Amino acid sequence: MSFLNNVITGVSLGSIYAIIALGYTMVYGIAKMLNFAHGDVIMVGAFMCFFAMGSFGLPPLVGVLLAVVVCTVLGMVIERLAYKPLRQAPSLAVLITAIGVSYLLQNGAQILWGAATKTFTPIISPTNAAGEPNALQLFGGQLSISYVALLSIVVCLVVMVSLTLFTGRTKLGKAMRACSEDKGAAQLMGINVDSTISMTFAIGSALAAVAGVLMCSAYPILSPTTGSLPGIRAFTAAVFGGIGSIPGAFLGGILLGIIETFAKAYISTDLSDAVVFAVLIIVLLVKPAGLLGKYVPEKV
Amino acid sequence: MVMPKREPTKLVPVPSTNIIPERDVDKSPILECRHLGIDFGGLTAVNEFNMAIGRTEIAGLIGPNGAGKTTVFNLLTKVYQPTRGTILLDGVDTHSMNTVQVNKAGIARTFQNIRLFNNLTVEDNVKLGLHNHISYGMWQGLFRLPGYWKGERVAHERAMELLSIFDMAHLASAKAGSLPYGAQRRLEIVRALATNPSLLLLDEPAAGMNPSETAELMENIVKIRDTFQIAILLIEHDMSLVMGICEGICVLNFGQIIAKGTPDEIQADPAVIEAYLGKQKEG
Repeated sequence: MSFLNNVITGVSLGSIYAIIALGYTMVYGIAKMLNFAHGDVIMVGAFMCFFAMGSFGLPPLVGVLLAVVVCTVLGMVIERLAYKPLRQAPSLAVLITAIGVSYLLQNGAQILWGAATKTFTPIISPTNAAGEPNALQLFGGQLSISYVALLSIVVCLVVMVSLTLFTGRTKLGKAMRACSEDKGAAQLMGINVDSTISMTFAIGSALAAVAGVLMCSAYPILSPTTGSLPGIRAFTAAVFGGIGSIPGAFLGGILLGIIETFAKAYISTDLSDAVVFAVLIIVLLVKPAGLLGKYVPEKV
Repeated sequence: MVMPKREPTKLVPVPSTNIIPERDVDKSPILECRHLGIDFGGLTAVNEFNMAIGRTEIAGLIGPNGAGKTTVFNLLTKVYQPTRGTILLDGVDTHSMNTVQVNKAGIARTFQNIRLFNNLTVEDNVKLGLHNHISYGMWQGLFRLPGYWKGERVAHERAMELLSIFDMAHLASAKAGSLPYGAQRRLEIVRALATNPSLLLLDEPAAGMNPSETAELMENIVKIRDTFQIAILLIEHDMSLVMGICEGICVLNFGQIIAKGTPDEIQADPAVIEAYLGKQKEG
């Protein structure tokens, strides 16, 4: 049963990575940039929910909604102020700017909310009023799946399906794919590339807020640097699955979560990151574009 | 191929030293360029470009390689901002418009090297052309409200209607990148038409086509003009196409207009012959 338990833990952790990775992969697919500030948007989202629930005693759903709204606006503002002026600049300049924004958010959070670690109030508390765990008990209690883990998996599936439908079947989704392929041609078809990129950042950041709340509910510690490591891991997941591909982010996220959990359970907690990145290196050696990415040889 | 018999077009002067077909003269030209020019650094790519296109005219822009023909297209669609001069689209100055606004105002184009959205289906490519004519927003799309279904249905019908005009309806669900070359060229034209232009710019539509495909293309271009009643400006090196269907021709060399007129006038123009074949030896 411990194996099954590990699988469930891995999938639920992987679901959170997948939700974050979607933000990286969509922004990369359309703006062709790595938004390293994405991880810190997660942290801002978690803080918003923390304050809404902890300081104002609002219900969890309101907390999540507030986090989503604030992060959506934050993502669009970051894009407008930091990245849009660099649309024509070399990609290195944009990359450095993204790292700058990341530190700006971390240090801003530190000034505003202090560097001390806070205990996040999970949106579903781990135990109920009677002191029993808030978890789905299977096989006579041998397999226990916490409701937070279950929620993460369900949210990830819902997000995945709706994003696939959105990009595949709606005109704005198709405009996103058109911008990802050829911005110039898209513009000449009357598609507003700027607002499409802005919308992509909005969707990615809203997902980051959701991921932040879910992550802090599962692992309830919160500090200004909370977002950076999951951000890097989710970026790894996006590359793992093939950056720019939405199903790739999903697959990469889930696999990364499972590998990390298994490495912790069967190899060593300290080595888990090393194992994850070793697998990444091996996958990239065999498939340079990631699992579902398309390798496009450069024409000479 | 049997080309429809047409009366030879008579070109007549309009204000600001332009000529357009006689049948369009009582209407204002759909496009008028006045003293249009652009410099790249110290290089003058296009200079003193004056041209008017009638509302239902098929006009040609020809000239040797590097003459600045595609640059003119890029100026008209605001991919480049002109350094000098004015572009009047249906009498409206496009000075302050960007590429998207120019497209909404009525200019659509195709590309010299095909630029379809290769990973999208044929139908989706056309629907992207219809982008600004589908009237539902993000929320309706995300939550699949009735507006979404209605908008998508209208778009689907319109896309299929356009595709069937060019015998491509059966290809609707194929990936654009997997189409044969000629079909890709046709799809680019359909996609441009989907934006509902009043002026269609075709950049070397016959490039890489064999004579029978070119003949079919010529019929299609005339059909587009007759069906949609729009103006077409095309860049082309294939002289049989240019001389066969263009009513007014403008010859560009080193960024300057060296001749304007009907096909017959252009073919007899010494400056054009010189630009294409070189100067005749004296004596």
